[in-house]
Amino acid sequence: MIDIGLGHYLTLGAIIFFLGVIGIFLNRKNVIVILMSIELILLSVNINLISFSIFSGDIVGQIFTMLILTVAAAEAAIGLAIIVIFYRNKGSIRVEDIHGLKG
Amino acid sequence: MLAHALFFYFFSAVSIFSALMVITSKNTVNSAFFLILDFISVGCLFIMVGAEFLGMILLIVYVGAVAVLFLFVIMMLNVAEQKQSWFIGKKSTHIPSGLIVSVLIFLELLVVTGGWKYKDNILSSSSLILNPNISNTHQIGNVMYTDYFLYFQVSGIILLLSMIGAILLTYRRREGVKTQSYITQISREPSSSIEIKDVKFNEGVKIDD
Repeated sequence: MIDIGLGHYLTLGAIIFFLGVIGIFLNRKNVIVILMSIELILLSVNINLISFSIFSGDIVGQIFTMLILTVAAAEAAIGLAIIVIFYRNKGSIRVEDIHGLKG
Repeated sequence: MLAHALFFYFFSAVSIFSALMVITSKNTVNSAFFLILDFISVGCLFIMVGAEFLGMILLIVYVGAVAVLFLFVIMMLNVAEQKQSWFIGKKSTHIPSGLIVSVLIFLELLVVTGGWKYKDNILSSSSLILNPNISNTHQIGNVMYTDYFLYFQVSGIILLLSMIGAILLTYRRREGVKTQSYITQISREPSSSIEIKDVKFNEGVKIDD
């Protein structure tokens, strides 16, 4: 318990990943919370990469974390732009109101 | 070591609690604030474990840019009226399958985590070993601008493309807004704009005929 190792960080990453996946499925309010869940999932991936990088003494994991940060920022910007134009057209971003593709 | 363990448990408890609050809170603004708290606590974990540069980048990029972007969008789109708890109202059919999928993923990750063992020679097999004599930022810079320069440039192109995409998506031409038209400004000629008149003495010029 006292000795914090790689397993602790991986477990933390697994728990946050799990909460992000649950957030995607259980959400019925609006699409913004789904985007936040995706951010949580990317954060858990970052935790895994950084803990592997530190505990195995290899710097490449931190480089990959930085690339994931870039892609996550780009994805948030595009997703929020799509949400803004969807709200402008339909007047609502609730998940059950989005059924344009009849899926 | 004890302090390290205590800080680890504190920050991870805060991050798990705030992740739970992100997905369950009724108000979307509260979700965004708990997302910020989650990023901050995970950034503290990164700094604690020895990746200081990425911890600070997480604070700057996520808390300073992405979470504030979320807050802007929430406040601009009037979603406060649309708040509705996910367990009241119409029954959704995908909640059980979602629970099954996420619990299965969690169990699989736990199995992988619990069964993780280092190979004996994993430290010697890597060519980019952490050097304890120079700082974390220095190490990342050493590798990022030499071995991973292509990835660095590709991430810059991704950011440029996302900027262009966001501007193009949200751009709209409004009616009745007066704007400059560069083409008409540049293509004006003296013959169409001014007229030279011969002014006779003591008569003046009539402007509006």
